[in-house]
Amino acid sequence: MLEAFNQHRGKVAVLPNANVDTDQIIPKQFLKRIEKSGFGDVLFYDWRYDEKGQPRPEFVLNHPESQGASILLAGDNFGCGSSREHAVWALRDYGFRAILARSFADIFYNNCFKNGVLPVVLSEEAWDGLEPIRQGVLRELEVDLPGEVIRLPDGKSFSFTLAAHAKMMLMEGLDDVGVTLRHQQKIDRYELYHRVAYQRVY
Amino acid sequence: MPKTLFDKVWDQHVVTELENGQTLLYIDLHLVHEVTSPQAFAGLREAGRRVRRPDLTYATMDHNVPTDNPHHVVDLIAKKQLETLAENCRDFGIRLADLDSPHQGIVHVIGPELGLTLPGKTIVCGDSHTSTHGAFGAIAFGIGTSEVEHVLATQCLWQARPKTLKVELTGRLQPGVFAKDVILALIAKYGVGFGTGYAIEFAGDFVRGLSMEGRMTLCNMSIEAGARAGLIAPDEVTFAYLQNRPHAPRGAEWEECLRLWRELSSDEGAVYNKVVQMDVSLLEPQVTWGTNPSMGGSVHSLLPEVAAPNSAFSQQDLQNAYAYMGLSPGMSMLGVPVQHVFIGSCTNGRIEDLRLAAALVEGRRVASHVRALVVPGSKQVKQQAEEEGLDKIFQAAGFEWREPGCSMCLGMNPDLVPAGERCASTSNRNFEGRQGRQARTHLVSPAMAAAAAIAGEFVDVREWMQGKELNRVGSIQPA
Ligand code: SF4
Repeated sequence: MLEAFNQHRGKVAVLPNANVDTDQIIPKQFLKRIEKSGFGDVLFYDWRYDEKGQPRPEFVLNHPESQGASILLAGDNFGCGSSREHAVWALRDYGFRAILARSFADIFYNNCFKNGVLPVVLSEEAWDGLEPIRQGVLRELEVDLPGEVIRLPDGKSFSFTLAAHAKMMLMEGLDDVGVTLRHQQKIDRYELYHRVAYQRVY
Repeated sequence: MPKTLFDKVWDQHVVTELENGQTLLYIDLHLVHEVTSPQAFAGLREAGRRVRRPDLTYATMDHNVPTDNPHHVVDLIAKKQLETLAENCRDFGIRLADLDSPHQGIVHVIGPELGLTLPGKTIVCGDSHTSTHGAFGAIAFGIGTSEVEHVLATQCLWQARPKTLKVELTGRLQPGVFAKDVILALIAKYGVGFGTGYAIEFAGDFVRGLSMEGRMTLCNMSIEAGARAGLIAPDEVTFAYLQNRPHAPRGAEWEECLRLWRELSSDEGAVYNKVVQMDVSLLEPQVTWGTNPSMGGSVHSLLPEVAAPNSAFSQQDLQNAYAYMGLSPGMSMLGVPVQHVFIGSCTNGRIEDLRLAAALVEGRRVASHVRALVVPGSKQVKQQAEEEGLDKIFQAAGFEWREPGCSMCLGMNPDLVPAGERCASTSNRNFEGRQGRQARTHLVSPAMAAAAAIAGEFVDVREWMQGKELNRVGSIQPA
């Protein structure tokens, strides 16, 4: 079971660059592990650490005010590139529960809610409204999944939308296979009957 | 109502549909490799689940296989992943092309080669370039590790039906320009996001005249245009490629398949959500200069100004790209020196690609400052190439001739490009760090890569094409 997502209030780390790809989120040298946990330590490795493994002070996750951030504010096309799900595991393992972006790459977006991470696509208005966060004037916000709304400490709020299925999964902390196995009989039937016409083919 | 090819295949695989638009889609072929599967099998074990259809699942080792001596895996974690895959396949009853198998190779090369990839199938793999298999008229797309686990457990996937995008390609390429240049030019023109949310169907007289290898190159890079799937209606070229492949149907079954497969094309009047057209006749050889596949253009074009109005790229993105790549606006790629050349990957590691590159390097020498690698996409490609003597041609020219695997496409094995050095690569991604930390990747066709190896810098390969009819070369014919 995953942790259920309802309202979440947390500190925001800001990474507004466009096209942040999964190679940056989790460089490939860390993909060889066979576990699902422990990837948070190497999240954004090449941006976070220098050649000697020392933290680069200029990178956002190394800023003192970003410590303990659980919400990531990102730019356009976040999570593009390789389909590696390790990218979401790393973000989740680091402590991010929600990622707010102008837009996401498809596969990354889908991988998020399979792992209990809420991806929020920001409207133009919401993106503009989050300016105080990008400027560092405000550092926290609340994401309300049942209400599909983001609230800033200055009282402003912005709505977002999420497919009902994805929302249900996040709110109930449901594992994907568990959801599908409720349809087991339909799968059996599909294999038995519908495939008759094709069974010799495949 | 007239249907598109995509709709036909999709509709045949719907197990159930929810009101929210999610479809439970049946999967006909699940390809597995060592990197994205261990956690999926771990998940199955934790939950006490089994693989529903091991007979529709096929595994290979490719991503982190060393290509000098595949059995000498120095990296302990890579070793562990390879062993874990073997163990998982044993425990769950899945066929595996391991390092000793004559069928081992890059997952997207062996699927078609073995006749596992067939028209009308739904095909998934935990790798984004699964779109390659769409070249056969299959719906094929990459999935994440949770989805790998889901398909293993249920043989199904939840999907929202994507929109359809028709890319109509017309005209005839100049000698020295190839399918790789076409897809690079498309992405350069329309951007890395133009296919997002769509399944692309490549159509038009240009596509009909392409070999299966060329079609696979187009579909392979659909994902770089943002589309999860790219597909092409099967035709006689497809059928000729597939006939007699190890897992392809035979005899009466084959005839029955042909009958079904001939239905697999978009109906007259079928409606797409979007259509784009491109005439390929005037295309020049392409080279990427930046850090995503849309940052590219003709080898002759001048790199864009940072502050140009209406630029497809933000000032910041361009500055970052130029700083990373060590290039500047206003210059062209022509004459830019390279230190590495990589010919291989699931984009361009097939026999046709190697024949083409070999024809260009025959009787010539790799420039003294260049390290050049040829990595066949699979054992079968390697064997065929050796039967044709291509390995000798490459080696005589100063290329290293390697064992099959993903190799320098993503540098998970020891094949890396050192920091600050430049590589002309036939792969599909030029992201920062893709081929090694601070490595500078330039995506090109196999012909452009071969020419760059000889010249030691980027050249216009059209000037090398005299007397070479290299645009149409056949596939490997199965024995
Ligand atoms: S060759 Fe490259 S793109 Fe293709 S499967 Fe291997 S790593 Fe992925």
